[in-house]
Amino acid sequence: MFRLANRHDVDSRANRDAYSDAMLEMMRNDERIVHIDCDLAWCINATRIQKEFPERFFNAGIAEANAVGVACGLEATGMIPFVHSFGVFASRRVFDQVFLSAGYSERAIHIIGSDPGITASFNGPTHMPLEDCGLYLNVPNAIVMDPCDYAQTYALTRRSAAEKSLTYMRLIRRTFRTIYEDGSDFEIGKGVLLREGKDVTIIASGVMVYNAIKAAELLEKQGINAEVIDMHTWKPLDEELLIRSVGKTGAIVTAENHEVNTGLGSAIANVLAARHPVPQEFIGIHNRYGMVASQDYLEREFEMTPENIAEAAIRAIGRK
Amino acid sequence: MHMENLNRLRLLACEIRMETMKIIASKGNGHVGGSLSIADVLAVLYGEVMKYDPQDPNWKERDWLVLSKGHAGPALYAALGIAGFYPREAAYHLNEAESDFPSHADHNRTRGVDFTTGSLGQGMSEAVGVALGNKMQGIDSHVFVICGDGECDEGQIWEAAQFAAHNHLDNLIGFVDSNGRQLDGTIDEVMSHGKGIGAKFDAFGWEVIEVIDGNDVEQILEAVRKAFTVNGKPTMIILNTVKGKGIDFAETSGEHSSTLNSQQWAEVLEEAERKYAELREALQ
Repeated sequence: MFRLANRHDVDSRANRDAYSDAMLEMMRNDERIVHIDCDLAWCINATRIQKEFPERFFNAGIAEANAVGVACGLEATGMIPFVHSFGVFASRRVFDQVFLSAGYSERAIHIIGSDPGITASFNGPTHMPLEDCGLYLNVPNAIVMDPCDYAQTYALTRRSAAEKSLTYMRLIRRTFRTIYEDGSDFEIGKGVLLREGKDVTIIASGVMVYNAIKAAELLEKQGINAEVIDMHTWKPLDEELLIRSVGKTGAIVTAENHEVNTGLGSAIANVLAARHPVPQEFIGIHNRYGMVASQDYLEREFEMTPENIAEAAIRAIGRK
Repeated sequence: MHMENLNRLRLLACEIRMETMKIIASKGNGHVGGSLSIADVLAVLYGEVMKYDPQDPNWKERDWLVLSKGHAGPALYAALGIAGFYPREAAYHLNEAESDFPSHADHNRTRGVDFTTGSLGQGMSEAVGVALGNKMQGIDSHVFVICGDGECDEGQIWEAAQFAAHNHLDNLIGFVDSNGRQLDGTIDEVMSHGKGIGAKFDAFGWEVIEVIDGNDVEQILEAVRKAFTVNGKPTMIILNTVKGKGIDFAETSGEHSSTLNSQQWAEVLEEAERKYAELREALQ
């Protein structure tokens, strides 16, 4: 069950605290849960975990490959390990370890990649994951999530711990827009229909959910009725919700904070091409590396604003 | 140590070599050299020091073995077959699509194999994780990990080494199968180890025990017994071994991977069986 926040104001809390709040709550009730960090615990306030549960907090240092392997070993003894690093290091730097030690070996470890996409802003191209989820989409049976706010991050962190396979979740660190009220719950693999519409479907995740909602409001003023879906889980993809929606609207815009060639849009295109082809427009990063700038600037630079989404929607409708 | 017991382990090592050759011969090619060099340490582990239950491979209180140099799978399959995890003939189908015995060790496929290895360096981290998890849960057992000397080129080995020392994992005992060769040539030709692998682990905060003859079960057993007494840090046992040990053609060539024709395999199997029979005879 979820409740939509009335106004999507900026949250007074840093979104990263959703992760540590959920972890602390779980760790108080389940001795198997462990947090492993890679010298970035301060960055997500995981030092709170270290303070309350020093015996279940491990700092692997700046050595991400080993952190993933150690987590797999811990899991083999019955523990439930979460591993955190920035998204770039938690994905491409550890891909072989993730693929074999965790994925192939069926070890249910939970990897948290912080600062997704353009939210890495001033840390620039070396720290800006635009392909992290895409890499994880290649791992058979992995679960890939891109939550949008505090309530969803909190809920999906808790849901991850119960999963029996590898999970990867992006973690927005800073303050961000409130989409849902606290206490909302979300099911992994089930998208959220945020707004019903008949002319075009807009599917987004993470920081793009807010922009998708704003885009629908812009379209409304032009008499276009857009349906908006928050697809927080990229894999497994909620194909039924997707097919039902495009079956009604006949056109789609995908909006993601990620490289479009290997991301949410392409995962959706794979499904639609086989099951229900409709015109699709892709909002996201197109064949570019990251760069240093504010998040607002990057949103404009990569053409990810509500206006860009609304224009894409009109293009998609025109191609019906 | 009782001479009778040592002789039993010597014979077991010889039997592991014979079984390893039968397993690799079933495919016609495989990692002969690096499998043969660890036959003796496997004999000591499965024949003497490890606690395990072939009827319950996932027994929580067991000792674990992570074969980080996963390409030596056939030697491990030989040891597990002799130890009773499965009928040993089951492994005479190396790399067949429907068999559970791929050339690289695979936990998903083979009963008694603790981890899937083959991408070098990864097993070491996993062994460290098991040692940590067992310590956290108060389980009194040991985790053994076997690495190659070539494998120690991998950065992950050293990431894992520093983590194990930092966390005082004295329930972790490693072996470097220091046979002096890697795929493209000798260790010194391809990627030398500075002041030596032992010196490197020492610098990383491990207890290091050098075994002069890593193909001598008595010396290996003595080193393991010593490792059991170490407190507060992990131990690395450096086994100075010979790649291809015990089988004439392999010991001479030192090859990483060997392909023989059926006539040559018949000769190798005859040699392995003869050596086993002769040793059994001599020790009776």
